[in-house]
Amino acid sequence: MSLVTLQNLTIRHSGNAVLSGVNFKINSGEIVTVVGPNGSGKSTLLRAIIGALQPRSGQVIRSKGLRIGYVPQKLHIDPTLPLTVRRFLSLPKRVSTAEAEQALDQAGAGQLADRQMARLSGGQFQRVLLARALLCDPQLLILDEATQGLDQPGSAAFYQQIATVRRQLGCAVLMVSHELHVVMAASDRVICLNGHICCEGEPEHVASAPEYRALFGSGTQGALALYRHEHNHSHDPDCTHDHHDHEAAE
Amino acid sequence: MSFLDSFLIRAALAGLGVAIAAAPLGCFVVWRRMAYFGDATAHASILGVALALSFEMSVFTGVLVVSLLMATTVSTLSNRGYAMDTLLGVMAHSALAFGLVAVSFLQGVRIDLMAYLFGDILAVGRLDLGVIWTGSLLVLALLWWRWSALLTATLNPDLAYAAGIDPRREQLALTIALALVVAVAIKVVGVLLIAAMLIIPAATARPFAATPERMALIAAIIGGVSALGGLQLAFTFDTPTGPTIVCLAAVLFALSSLSGLLLRNTRT
Repeated sequence: MSLVTLQNLTIRHSGNAVLSGVNFKINSGEIVTVVGPNGSGKSTLLRAIIGALQPRSGQVIRSKGLRIGYVPQKLHIDPTLPLTVRRFLSLPKRVSTAEAEQALDQAGAGQLADRQMARLSGGQFQRVLLARALLCDPQLLILDEATQGLDQPGSAAFYQQIATVRRQLGCAVLMVSHELHVVMAASDRVICLNGHICCEGEPEHVASAPEYRALFGSGTQGALALYRHEHNHSHDPDCTHDHHDHEAAE
Repeated sequence: MSFLDSFLIRAALAGLGVAIAAAPLGCFVVWRRMAYFGDATAHASILGVALALSFEMSVFTGVLVVSLLMATTVSTLSNRGYAMDTLLGVMAHSALAFGLVAVSFLQGVRIDLMAYLFGDILAVGRLDLGVIWTGSLLVLALLWWRWSALLTATLNPDLAYAAGIDPRREQLALTIALALVVAVAIKVVGVLLIAAMLIIPAATARPFAATPERMALIAAIIGGVSALGGLQLAFTFDTPTGPTIVCLAAVLFALSSLSGLLLRNTRT
């Protein structure tokens, strides 16, 4: 059963079509990654799904009572706003301390409850955002370039956390990522977006599609080169699993 | 009700009434960087005074209508992505200028302009007191009711949408609350100093607060202390009351900033 269906979706922003004629569906339990160059409408697609943007034409159909956990691209917290991690997790719905602790543990951010949001490191901040998204027991977890600003081991660890969470909760995951190696390793399905859906399918299929190569250069070669390059620089022991996959892919 | 016969008691209650509503609302004004927004709304209200006097309405109604219009206009424009800083600066001061010119056209009505620009808390009557407390309690009730949704929308509109909250509706709630506070505060501190009662207590509370709720509570206390203390000082030194209240708030802000600095230095 599909959680969200987009039918012939067109979205305009100050006169220009950002997305046109997008048909898309995500089923429960699936990991779908959206890739595409800057300005290709990736964030717009996610924001249409959460209801922040009204389509010019077409439809966004969410399954009834769909619970969405959303991790935004960036969250600026004004320095005048005092906010502890614990208080942040209770927005907008109050949660018990036990629930908050459990979500923080699941997101790999235990022990942070009493810290001020403004004083967290980039990686801690993203994990707290993830913890908050998990609190509504989401059927669909949406991440918009959630690892922006993290270094390579940091983002690899973060994506591993996502995979763990998905195994535990069985939720579907829809994410935007610039990191092609992650896309290749971890997704069930990849959508290549550039104002419209250029191509989609299993990662291997998309990587060899001519549309994808046109956008990202030398196709599989490029993606794997990037993949290998970045792993040569990773000495994080947590990455062994990824590394194994990577060798298999070679 | 002999208790309310003293003009000083009435003034104290009026000051308190405005302070406890203005301070928590002021926290949102600070968090959302809407300081100029408060200014524009407050300054426009002098136009409301002119309208009310020329159509023989109550000043409260005139001010409420005009501030609501101004606040709605500004918040609609800001959603369209205009360069708000400049636009608000233009609107705040031109609204004040138009209001002052409009007042000068009123013939046959002798009005004490100073009373509207800087407030006239010592002239607050029983009816005014009723209006002020009704307005303040309405604002507090609105904030209490929408608190969580307002905070979420303040943090990030997309987080609000994902949780099924419409940030535009929350913005509207704030807009209405702001217009109400302006309408009840005009008698107490006057149009030029209303924004001060919104922003200064909130900014003063910031270094001592770990959560948004505590900041709102501390701000309300600081606002109340400023109102009562300012009234006392104005009485002792025979100074204008509205400005004295704001002066006291500003001194408290300076002290709080200093101790905030010291706190941070000892912590690191």
